[in-house]
Amino acid sequence: MLEILQNLDRRWIFLVMFVAVAVPLIMGTTFPETPSDQVLAVFDAVDNLPDGSNIVMALDYDPASAGELQPMASAFTRHCALKKHNIYFMTLWPPGINMIEGSINILNEEYPETYKGKYGTKYVNLGFRAGNEGVIKLVVEDLKKSYTTDIHGTNLDNIPLTKNLKNIQQVDLLANVSAGYPGSQEWVLYGSSPFDIPTVVGCTGVQAPIMLPYIPDQLTGMLAAIKGAAEYEQAIINHYPELAKNPKAKEGLVRMGPQLVAHVLLISLIVLGNVIYFLERRQGTA
Amino acid sequence: MHLWKNVVIERLMIPLLCFAAGMAQSRADDPPKAKQLAPPTQFRAEDVDGDAGTAIDLFWTLSPDDEEDTKPRKVLRYVISRKQIGGSEEAVVLESGSPFVFEVEEKKPEFEEIGEATYRKDTFRDSNCETGVPYLYRIQAFGPDNAASPTVELKEPIIATLQWFNLQRSWFAVFVFLICGAVIVFIEMARRGKTLKIRKIAGLEAIKDAVGRATEMGRSCLFVPGIQDINDIQTVAGITILAQVAKTTADYRATLEVPTSRSLVMTTARDTVEAAYLQAGRPDEYNEDDIYYITDEQFGYVASVTGKMVRDKPAACFYMGAFYAESLILAETGNSVGAIQVAGTAMPTQLPFFVAACDFTLIGEEFFAASAYLSGEPQQLGSLKGQDFGKLIGGILLLAGCLIMTISAFESRGEPPAEGKETVLQSAQIYLKENILGKGGFKP
Amino acid sequence: MKRTVPLLISAVTGFILIGTAFIPMFEEWGNDAMAWFNLLAAFAFILGGGNLLKMQLQKISAQQAGWGYAAVTLIAFFVTLFVGLAKVGVHPNAKFPEFSWSGNYLEVGSAFWWFFEYIFTPLSATMFALLAFYISSAAFRAFRAKNTEATILLIIAVIVLLGRTYASEWLTGGFPNEPIFGEGGITYSDFKLDHLSQIIMDDFTTPGMRAIKIGIALGVASTSLKVLLGVDRSYLGSDQEA
Repeated sequence: MLEILQNLDRRWIFLVMFVAVAVPLIMGTTFPETPSDQVLAVFDAVDNLPDGSNIVMALDYDPASAGELQPMASAFTRHCALKKHNIYFMTLWPPGINMIEGSINILNEEYPETYKGKYGTKYVNLGFRAGNEGVIKLVVEDLKKSYTTDIHGTNLDNIPLTKNLKNIQQVDLLANVSAGYPGSQEWVLYGSSPFDIPTVVGCTGVQAPIMLPYIPDQLTGMLAAIKGAAEYEQAIINHYPELAKNPKAKEGLVRMGPQLVAHVLLISLIVLGNVIYFLERRQGTA
Repeated sequence: MHLWKNVVIERLMIPLLCFAAGMAQSRADDPPKAKQLAPPTQFRAEDVDGDAGTAIDLFWTLSPDDEEDTKPRKVLRYVISRKQIGGSEEAVVLESGSPFVFEVEEKKPEFEEIGEATYRKDTFRDSNCETGVPYLYRIQAFGPDNAASPTVELKEPIIATLQWFNLQRSWFAVFVFLICGAVIVFIEMARRGKTLKIRKIAGLEAIKDAVGRATEMGRSCLFVPGIQDINDIQTVAGITILAQVAKTTADYRATLEVPTSRSLVMTTARDTVEAAYLQAGRPDEYNEDDIYYITDEQFGYVASVTGKMVRDKPAACFYMGAFYAESLILAETGNSVGAIQVAGTAMPTQLPFFVAACDFTLIGEEFFAASAYLSGEPQQLGSLKGQDFGKLIGGILLLAGCLIMTISAFESRGEPPAEGKETVLQSAQIYLKENILGKGGFKP
Repeated sequence: MKRTVPLLISAVTGFILIGTAFIPMFEEWGNDAMAWFNLLAAFAFILGGGNLLKMQLQKISAQQAGWGYAAVTLIAFFVTLFVGLAKVGVHPNAKFPEFSWSGNYLEVGSAFWWFFEYIFTPLSATMFALLAFYISSAAFRAFRAKNTEATILLIIAVIVLLGRTYASEWLTGGFPNEPIFGEGGITYSDFKLDHLSQIIMDDFTTPGMRAIKIGIALGVASTSLKVLLGVDRSYLGSDQEA
């Protein structure tokens, strides 16, 4: 038995992990979440703003990390839409353009009375600019040096939302969803911290420890991984119960089922690995 | 009688008609009378500190009608307007009659709307100012149904001034000077022959063994310089380690492969490896094609490198540079093919993955110290001592800060000290927060 | 010369840019330098693309092991390049209907969009999802309670793993919010797994991360200075030709 476990082909582990993730996902199991203080800080940052405030939503991620980050980007978008905020979309990642499209679809399909046909007055898509943190440095000081036009090639001076916007120090909140570099850390270092722009971020689980030191001074709040997204969704549903009927507003909550089973499997594997280790040690000393 | 009638018509009816017509006209001109809101008060402006003279901050006390919980809201927004004082704007206009003659017409500056703040907001930054030009600002609160407050104007114009040195960063400048100065001083001391002792770094000692093992097994060594471009200092640090690894592979006559995810890194790596082979006296063994570009796309690069690992089964894998989610995929694949693996990165998020899957990991500053350690050049080792001095400063400041904050917290017992009645420690705490860590600079 | 001139350029540029951090008038020079780098990197794409083609063609012509993959790479490269540049399936921009190429290359329904949506997105997501499998095999193999430190690490890992899921509610949700000893102080609910997990993140991970970051920042400063002062020149190659 010990020999079988010692020489266990890792593909068996992969198969068990696949089942552990797939089954709860297919079954759509959800669990109630209690929003943590950190998530409530993010919720309050968006919710306490007056209706119709200006929010920059920087979606710096790609399809690879969409599984982890899309729920929080969607939740940010829905929350801003419920508050009728004006949204400026932008990205520092080339594939981020498609991620922005996803959020714009939410605005047009789920909140048509506020956003449909109101491009330029309620939301604007600035698209992608190359230059990583260089773009951040520019947009916080002089937006039009980096973005002269929006994604459709319209001059920013001809768009009502951007006509009088010198830089993003003038906005009320910066919401960033990021999968790495350039992302949350760069926004904090070059955007929120030197210019005191209120900022909330959503990031992957591995990025979370690196962002924690910035809370609460440089960063108002953070959503970390799927757990953060699920708690944020729950916080929005608690406050706006009409959203509970929308299954798309529970993407994060649905993904907590597979997370639970996968975590339990990981713990089981660690325990099994240690059992093998101690049996090996006993055999070695015997 | 007839005459009298005419006189009456002329003298009475005509003015009456005119009056009626005038009334009607005036009613048509006036918009429906909207409710007047209370204006914002204490409107003032300040030049933004530490900037290039392009911004002015505006502050005001909210209109008494801008109440927090009133619904529907009486005040929806504050509109800010600006006027340039003194001088005039010039407008180029076409002279009538001639399509080619222009004349400059002087335009009297008027208030122009420059932005607005939503309700409950009491600040606005105008970042579109010209240095040295006086501006006058005006604010007006607006509500639903055209309700507006009287305008409030600044009493005096304000000028945005240029600061040649950003005094807000004075303390930052001091620390930059201290730390950089220490590094330079120690490098100079090492150049003059002062011996510097440095502890052993196990991960770096392992590099020779790993290359030796690869040579014995007749397999290649794989060096991955991260996925960032050459402008990332971690990539530069990785390339300097590559120089030492290349020297070892040249000595052992082992094959070294360097797949890169950036074109500029490929070029730099080629120069570095070529120089290392030249230094080792084996320029003929250098093969440019062993250092090649794959793709900038993160996971495309990972797919290619891991595929290569599975097919070629390198005996030694080195991961030195900036890594993201690909770290574990690379390291686990390397582990599955039985390679000795040494990793080095300053990405705190990826360190746990490398620690779990690699044989040796250079953590953060060890990674930056590696090139100095491997080169053995005294002046490079001097930079490490400078680094240690920086740590000493950081440690002292942390300790002093923690002590001051803790003791002053005990002193105030949770209550913030009254203004002007702070104790020495409380003043030190405020200075630490506002001036050293904040934007106060040297201001008392 | 091959090393001296670049060294001089990097030293002068580097020290000037450090200075501009304190002079508001010239703060934007850093952004300009960044823009220059981006331009350079964009041109370097041609270099990279050329190298990619050369390497793949070499593999195919020599029929090396796995040359079929090289063929797939080349086909994918050229097809993507063509549909992107030719804007296959893109409608003209409404403002410039007379110019057939004026539309956005990523327009929904275009060939490039189709590639992005149905090839690039699932492939990238697949590669990222591999992490779940590799994490499980690494956990099985590497997390061993070899000594006291490793055992503490293991216990902490279990607490955080459980604390980040609903398992914490199942296992410790019933802990009452009552003090353990007398009035005030620590309560039973303080030992809920999600609370412990948060304490670990806030009070242990964050300070540790700060310390690592300070070390890294000093390392970055020292390495940058070495580069600017020309103490470390290994990245510049050799003055001689091989």
